[in-house]
Amino acid sequence: MNAVVTQTGMTEAERRKAAQLERIWREPPGFIGWFKAVHHTTIGKRYAITAFIFFLIAGLLAGMMRLQLAFPEAHILSNDQYNQFFTMHGTTMMFLFAVPMMFEALSVYFVPLMVGTRNIAFPRLNAYSYYLYLFGGIMLYVAFLCNTGADRGWFSYVTLAGPDFGPGKRPDFWAQLITFTEVSALAVAVEIVVTVFRLRAPGMSLNRIPIFVWGELVVAFMVIFSLPGVVLSSTMLLLDRTCGTQFFNPAAGGDVLLFQHLFWWFGHPEVYLIFLPGTAIVSTIVTTFSRRHVFGYLVLVLALVATGFMAFGLWVHHMFATGIPQIAESYFTAASMMIAIPTGAQIFCWIATMATGKVVLKTPLWWVLGFFFTFILGGMTGIFVASVPVDLQVHDTYFVVAHFHYVLIGGAVFPLFGALTYWFPKLTGKMMSEMLGQVTFWLFFVGFNITFFPMHVVGIRGMPRRVYTYPAGMGWTTLNQIESLGYILLFVSVSLFLWNVFRSFRAGEPAGPNPWRAGTLEWATSSPPPCYNFLHLPTVNGREALWDAAPNQPVVVGLDEDTRSFLTTRTLDAEPDSKEEFPAPTFWPLLAALATTAAFIGSIFTPWGITIGAIPIAVTLIGWFWPVKQAAERRRAREIWQTE
Amino acid sequence: MTILSAIPGFHGDQTSLNPVGPGAARIEHTFAVIFWITAVVYCIVLFTLVVSVYRKRHSLDTMPDPQETSAASDRLAERAVAGAMIVTAALLFVMLISSFRTSRALGKMNDDQALTIDVYGHQWWWEVRYPNTNGPYKIVETANEIHLPVGVPIRIHGTSRDVIHSFWAPNVQGKRDLMPGYDTDLMLQINRPGRWRGQCAEYCGEQHAHMSFYMVAEPKEQFEAWLNAEAKPAVAPGTQQTVHGQQVFLTHACVMCHTIRGTAAGSRVGPDLTHVARRATIAAGELPNTIGNLGGWILNAQALKPGCRMPPNQMSGSDLQDLLAYLETLR
Amino acid sequence: MRLRLLACAVLVLLAIPGCKREQRVFDPGAAKSQVANGVALTDVHAGGGTAPPSPAKYQESAYAVSEGKRLYNAYNCSGCHAHGGGAIGPALMDAEWIYGSRPDQIYSDIVQGRPNGMPSFSGKIPDYQVWELVAYVRSMSGQLPTDVAPSRSDEMPVAKAEQARKKEHPEDESQQKVAQP
Repeated sequence: MNAVVTQTGMTEAERRKAAQLERIWREPPGFIGWFKAVHHTTIGKRYAITAFIFFLIAGLLAGMMRLQLAFPEAHILSNDQYNQFFTMHGTTMMFLFAVPMMFEALSVYFVPLMVGTRNIAFPRLNAYSYYLYLFGGIMLYVAFLCNTGADRGWFSYVTLAGPDFGPGKRPDFWAQLITFTEVSALAVAVEIVVTVFRLRAPGMSLNRIPIFVWGELVVAFMVIFSLPGVVLSSTMLLLDRTCGTQFFNPAAGGDVLLFQHLFWWFGHPEVYLIFLPGTAIVSTIVTTFSRRHVFGYLVLVLALVATGFMAFGLWVHHMFATGIPQIAESYFTAASMMIAIPTGAQIFCWIATMATGKVVLKTPLWWVLGFFFTFILGGMTGIFVASVPVDLQVHDTYFVVAHFHYVLIGGAVFPLFGALTYWFPKLTGKMMSEMLGQVTFWLFFVGFNITFFPMHVVGIRGMPRRVYTYPAGMGWTTLNQIESLGYILLFVSVSLFLWNVFRSFRAGEPAGPNPWRAGTLEWATSSPPPCYNFLHLPTVNGREALWDAAPNQPVVVGLDEDTRSFLTTRTLDAEPDSKEEFPAPTFWPLLAALATTAAFIGSIFTPWGITIGAIPIAVTLIGWFWPVKQAAERRRAREIWQTE
Repeated sequence: MTILSAIPGFHGDQTSLNPVGPGAARIEHTFAVIFWITAVVYCIVLFTLVVSVYRKRHSLDTMPDPQETSAASDRLAERAVAGAMIVTAALLFVMLISSFRTSRALGKMNDDQALTIDVYGHQWWWEVRYPNTNGPYKIVETANEIHLPVGVPIRIHGTSRDVIHSFWAPNVQGKRDLMPGYDTDLMLQINRPGRWRGQCAEYCGEQHAHMSFYMVAEPKEQFEAWLNAEAKPAVAPGTQQTVHGQQVFLTHACVMCHTIRGTAAGSRVGPDLTHVARRATIAAGELPNTIGNLGGWILNAQALKPGCRMPPNQMSGSDLQDLLAYLETLR
Repeated sequence: MRLRLLACAVLVLLAIPGCKREQRVFDPGAAKSQVANGVALTDVHAGGGTAPPSPAKYQESAYAVSEGKRLYNAYNCSGCHAHGGGAIGPALMDAEWIYGSRPDQIYSDIVQGRPNGMPSFSGKIPDYQVWELVAYVRSMSGQLPTDVAPSRSDEMPVAKAEQARKKEHPEDESQQKVAQP
């Protein structure tokens, strides 16, 4: 455990090295510097805070919906408002909270730390992706405040969202939001793949990569393969609406089901994009709080990869009610049930880990236990919706609403709160209050079940989804009122969590580098990590780098200390490969993101938006990639040195 | 299952737990198979979890040193996990077979001799058409109320003229989407006379919440009688009041959208009103068909169902009274 | 603080076009001055009355224009005027206007009817729907902003989408021409 490097007890040489690294790596200071930042911890934190704000906003929208549904035939929201609210809730939760939080925020912040490098690959692209995500979200909400909130559901099926039945610009803003968030997610996916494949610490061969990193890697690949589907469908929708193309016009040979296939080709893997990072968090927390190496590492990794593959084979189960040929029905039913096998394997491995370890029941682990109770229930109801005949009854009812809230809140939000509590000391250097944390958990757990469990019943009793109200006397009223009361607990719980964050941030106990005595590399540096991440770049001797470190675990030496230099390693065995150099902080990603934003928003109003908007984008990209003479010379020198 | 439906205030005319036809009954069977298997598995898994955490819990004061593990020490756990995986796969297989069998049974309901009823989804009501072999009209048209003979296979042949809707009467059968550009078939049968409520299940815009219908299952003779009556043109108005009421209908906005067979009104935008007084509800199942509701609906449907296609209408009190009297005669 | 005020001001400014374009008035109320129905006959109405928005509002609301487009087909305007190109009745997508191209003139055409076949829809079409039709008819010759005018229809393509049409310039926006027999 001697690879742990702390700020205290440094030798004079180390202190000099730290000062030198600080000078090279620090983010530009001041207000202006804020816009130039490219370090992954800075961008990761921004992602997390922005995504959490969107989570709170979407949660408040849900509160208004629960208020409206607490009474039959209520007029608290008009139908027009309710349709915008539920669409904004779904769109925000899926595109502005879940994926950016579970994938972008967590992986951007933690993957480089966990693989032991100084920054994420392509740091400027990373800054660009954050700005695009932020501007897309702001655009959607400015539109919402202008009474142009998307109102055709988070899926925006044609022809309802098409030009004839979706007047105005509401679906266009929805379609462009998709473009924003997808470009941003694709950029991060590329960064993560490259970071994991080429930037790992020496010794971290494929079979020693932390499970969390495996999870985010699988998700990154899924992003690359699934998002083009939704980019296509939303762009085709936008073209239909603004340029008069006929992709989805049934009378002109267009096809309304084409949209659904493209959308769910993305939309089903989307669920796994959100929940695989959740399982990766669970693996991490279970390992640390069971005080042993995770049981069945290989099974867990294979399960992640298998889920990643299978996720692409079940999109049609969202479309069973459209009337699918029987052979296809059978295939998609079987595939949908099959995915329970890798998920089951993961669950059994976690239980086995705890059953054979020493379980320390602190707040992060409480959230994980909450995950077991809720997510497994969600998985069980998933078998109902996987079966074609049963799905024909429960599809598009509140049963499905209950199912996916159990899967997504259970599978992603519970682990997320666990992760936030677990990594809060790393992010801020302070511990969160254990007592407040457990109260928050119990309020959330109880509130969640009160809110969402009755939805199963109400759905089986025939209440469809996406209705802005319902008649009295259907047997739905009482249950809806119970659900709405549950929301109050959730509200209190999340408020308490925010208070805990605020209080701990100001006056929490100092955490030290490794408060949980965990084994992964992010705990090998001070909390919060310095701008250069590690004073000595670590090497790895086992799956849990800190637990398995040899008594004299070597560190990486020989990197230039006067540039942003880093080491690349080989994909399979993580043998050192070459020295490379990260680019410096700059304005260009911000400017490029602004130009892209102008083009995307412009294309909502005129087909010329992209054509004209491409010019400023090209200009900013040229500025971005304009070669810096010294860096080019250094690269040439490195190449000569390496070939010799 | 019974627990779910035993909560007070529950009528059971729109639920998958109270099947009245072979389709819904088959599905409920598979539902029950999956329900019991998953419920038992859920309890066992969580029991194991709670027991292992409870037995292995450690004091919160310290984080102990990480424990050494070896292949030997994990052997028992390995066997347990492998066993659990085999059981999981086997149970999934059982549920899969149950699901396949039900799918096949539903597929076998297809019957060429079935009575075919065309259903068109509109924003936000249902147009229903029956073939008619006797009488001058080859097609009998009505709206939002589907009468069926009991115990006879029925084919619902559906499509949409605007956006995607989904035809769903949970007591009778699973749902089927009605899509523009596609024709879809749904086979069903009702074995118990009664009124079963259905509702649009695919989000279709402003009034998706108020797009319901009723399936009225009745003995064959009763159904035949209903169909024959429905096939006739509207009765001619008999009294001075109803004659004037018809005039009001034909000179106001009503005539722009509605059909009353046997009069000059033949527009096909809104529901056919030839026998409107025989229907139990108006506004796509939203309001009971009383004279008061009908009057309010005519004067300002937008206050009752905002965004629907029926415009507010202005007319004098006496005109309205006469119009309502006329509509009440359309039996 | 100033920054925040500025931000608010910008948001409000942004909201103005958005609100108008996206306004959806489902319940126009039963106003007394429904010219299309002749004089107001009674106050009998359900749901309470609100003043109808001014006719200009219809020209700025994408929802109203799309309703107009729907009604144009539902009320069989297309039976004579086709999809704007004209058939039995005159074309509506060009710069030629026999009775003037202003909204109030088109309104009168619909309500009063015109010689040689245009029926009077007085009493048959509620006032606000007439205004919706007027707004749509004007979009056919490119008179409305492109973010308000409809896009292509979900039917057989017959013409360019209304929002993609060149704006026609009727010669006499103000004075009525007399119909030539």
